[in-house]
Amino acid sequence: MTVRLLFENQALEVQEGITLAAALAGTGPIGFRYSVSGEPRAAFCGMGTCFECRVTVDGIAHQRACQIIVRDGMEVRREG
Amino acid sequence: MKADIAVIGAGPGGLAAAAAALSCKRQVVLIDDNPGIGGQIWRGIPSIAGYSTMLNHPGLRYLPSARVVAAPAGGQLLLETPNGPIILRYARLIVATGAREFLFPFPGWTLPGVMGAGGLQAMVKSGMCVSGQRVVLAGTGPLLLAAADTLKRAGAEVSLIAEQAQGAALMRFAISLRSFPSKLKQAGHLLWSLRGTPYHPDSYVTSAFGHDRLHGVHVQSGSKPVKIHCDWLGVGYGLKPNTELLLTLGCAIDGDHAEVDDHLRTSVPEIYAAGESTGVGGLDKASLEGQLAGLAAAECAIAALPALIRQRDRHMRFAGLLTRHFALRPEIISQVTDNTIVCRCEDVTHGRLSTFGNWREAKLQTRCGMGPCQGRLCASACESLYGWRNTISRPPLQPAKLATLASATNP
Amino acid sequence: MRLTTQSTTADVLIIGAGIVGSALAESCARRGLRVAILEKDIPAGGATAAGMGHLVVLDGNPAELALSNDGLQRWRTRQSQMPGAAEYTACGTLWVARSDAEMAEAERKRAQYAEHGLASEVVGSQALHELEPNLSPELPGALHVPNEAVIYPPVACHWLLQNAIALGATLYRNTHVVTVEDDGGVLLADGSVLRAERVVIAAGCQSVELLPDLPLVPRKGQLVITERYPQFVRHQLVELGYIQSAHDQSGDSVAFNVQPRATGQILIGSSRQYDDTSREIDWPLLSKMLARAFLFAPGLENLQGIRSWCGFRPATPDKLPLLGKAPGCERIWLATGHEGLGITTALASAELLAAMMAGEAPSLDPGPYDPSRFVYVKPMRSTTPPKVMQ
Repeated sequence: MTVRLLFENQALEVQEGITLAAALAGTGPIGFRYSVSGEPRAAFCGMGTCFECRVTVDGIAHQRACQIIVRDGMEVRREG
Repeated sequence: MKADIAVIGAGPGGLAAAAAALSCKRQVVLIDDNPGIGGQIWRGIPSIAGYSTMLNHPGLRYLPSARVVAAPAGGQLLLETPNGPIILRYARLIVATGAREFLFPFPGWTLPGVMGAGGLQAMVKSGMCVSGQRVVLAGTGPLLLAAADTLKRAGAEVSLIAEQAQGAALMRFAISLRSFPSKLKQAGHLLWSLRGTPYHPDSYVTSAFGHDRLHGVHVQSGSKPVKIHCDWLGVGYGLKPNTELLLTLGCAIDGDHAEVDDHLRTSVPEIYAAGESTGVGGLDKASLEGQLAGLAAAECAIAALPALIRQRDRHMRFAGLLTRHFALRPEIISQVTDNTIVCRCEDVTHGRLSTFGNWREAKLQTRCGMGPCQGRLCASACESLYGWRNTISRPPLQPAKLATLASATNP
Repeated sequence: MRLTTQSTTADVLIIGAGIVGSALAESCARRGLRVAILEKDIPAGGATAAGMGHLVVLDGNPAELALSNDGLQRWRTRQSQMPGAAEYTACGTLWVARSDAEMAEAERKRAQYAEHGLASEVVGSQALHELEPNLSPELPGALHVPNEAVIYPPVACHWLLQNAIALGATLYRNTHVVTVEDDGGVLLADGSVLRAERVVIAAGCQSVELLPDLPLVPRKGQLVITERYPQFVRHQLVELGYIQSAHDQSGDSVAFNVQPRATGQILIGSSRQYDDTSREIDWPLLSKMLARAFLFAPGLENLQGIRSWCGFRPATPDKLPLLGKAPGCERIWLATGHEGLGITTALASAELLAAMMAGEAPSLDPGPYDPSRFVYVKPMRSTTPPKVMQ
């Protein structure tokens, strides 16, 4: 079963039941956000501790992608 | 919301504690900040043996995706949940918040594609696809083997496992495992499963490289520098207990873990700790301690406790082995250059931090530790790099909506 | 570091390397005085690190207005000299009104400021909404003071200290002063003695450890800082009721005070308490403070707070600092008691004191800040502010 979501306006078809971080890391666009000095960053600790996987989900900023299960119709944007 | 026994963490320790407390007819609230149970080690498992029906137990309230934000008064926790804030009043509390990976900086560690070793394993367990991709694992400890196994089973090509411990230290660890037959068996299974995967002791990452994303890694393998192209790099140096909640609650900390008595009671009378919180010792220790703490907190099955306490001693000895044989080598510390970022939240480099003599001043002047991770990532690195210890824990324990912080009006 | 005993170490010994002590060190060193700064813990480690870093004129009384205005102008003049990390942000201030009565107060303030050369204008609801879209649209308006700013005090303090050192001052770290005598001697915890022509106590709330009779009490404040939400607010926002909160003689109070930081984070205050000296967050008061903030900017509710902390403002009974010789003393001076205006008035306080020490004519009338304005009655052990007679 798959789920469709938007990342930076690009449609992604991902497996249902996985985390948003797993979905974004595995399907191409690798950077999740830009750091305070402009470096691209992605999921790092995998367990909600490092906050590197923060993305804006459905307009709400600073959500940790590794602790969110993908949902059909989700709109995800990079931060920073 | 009220609980006889509140359990924080639904990993092996917390699940065992909840089960034990429920068997004693207590009202239990089980809280975890992930969307599902299992913690790190049982991440992504659709159904966990022994616990699948527990979540439906009438005496259990399970709160997933719930974060402990603060302890506004004795016997109370402020929680942030998807349905809004909750003030939880408990008679007893069991802290089973597990451990996080010790992630140490090196040149290139901030590139997308570089993760913790356990982090990479967690991402795969959470559904990340690595089929046909090249992976290097590095760092130290048994977790590297477990992670490599997960990755291999998920179809990745593990090009190398680089273990920083030297051959002699590994032999000593292996020999000492003979006192722990179940661990020896686990190790044997892993090594068999990973036959054919290059495993180099006395090896460590010197840098990761790539443009905007990881392309490869430089490894010092014994006396030989090696360059390997890879898609993913998992580097981790073992585990450190998550002590923030314990510190907030005023529990005494011994080194890096909670100080507990035989019944796993902390220095605060109604608060217990179980699992990695009392010292990193793995799954079996966590399950045992969860059970012990659950029974002790429920004040029932007292007769069963001495046997559990005896079993626990064995697990504590294993925990000691891990600490002794996999300590960070000085070579790892000296890989950090002036340009290497140490605080990833605020992009503070080693060059800037090394000019300060203490944590607080460095924090105020550079913002190191003031970002959303609240120092979880950089504190351990700063301890190894500069000898700074940070024991201050300020609320909220995790970032929380201001509306949540405003809800502790009358604790 | 072993310090010389029984000899004159300096012309001026400053106890406390917070923003006031550091500014004073610079001002004295600029005048060619030999300066030694003694710091027990870390520079900027007290109220300097805990506060909001606002540079704002308060007009609770003429002396407060004079000192804060002078201070603001001095910071403004030097903004280009400050390092980027000091984050001087010329965001301006909006004193927000909730009623017609407060709008009248805004106008009164505007006129008062104008008399002192501080530019401001009263804006109505529409204009306020354009300036700050995230403020509640029901607010009738505000007083806009464009030339005020916020800074990041720990770095600003470090900058002042470095300036002082470059001009010949010496910083002694891990140096704990145990007693001060009016013969210019200070006894350190390690048993050694330092001497100077003048000893200045600039130790904030801890000044009472050296002079227990000082009419200073710690006035606790709590703050919360958020994740990064750039442009959520663009100006420093204060409610017109803030001054009343600041000047209250007793009890707990909150007032709306929100600031954009250069990082894009939002700093939220403010609260004042007399009776609580613990470093723990007082949750009911924090809730009250946040609830008040939500009234003015409802969108704040859903922003994420990442850290909260407490600090202690050194407060005198009339909320004016103690600047000048300690009462009855010849060689002990005071530079403390700045309540919530320590950052704003640091440079002004420093210049005032340094001028007095160097025998120059100060740019402000020092009378209102003279410590001798209080006749001391030994303060009670803490639950109420000390009784003083004026």
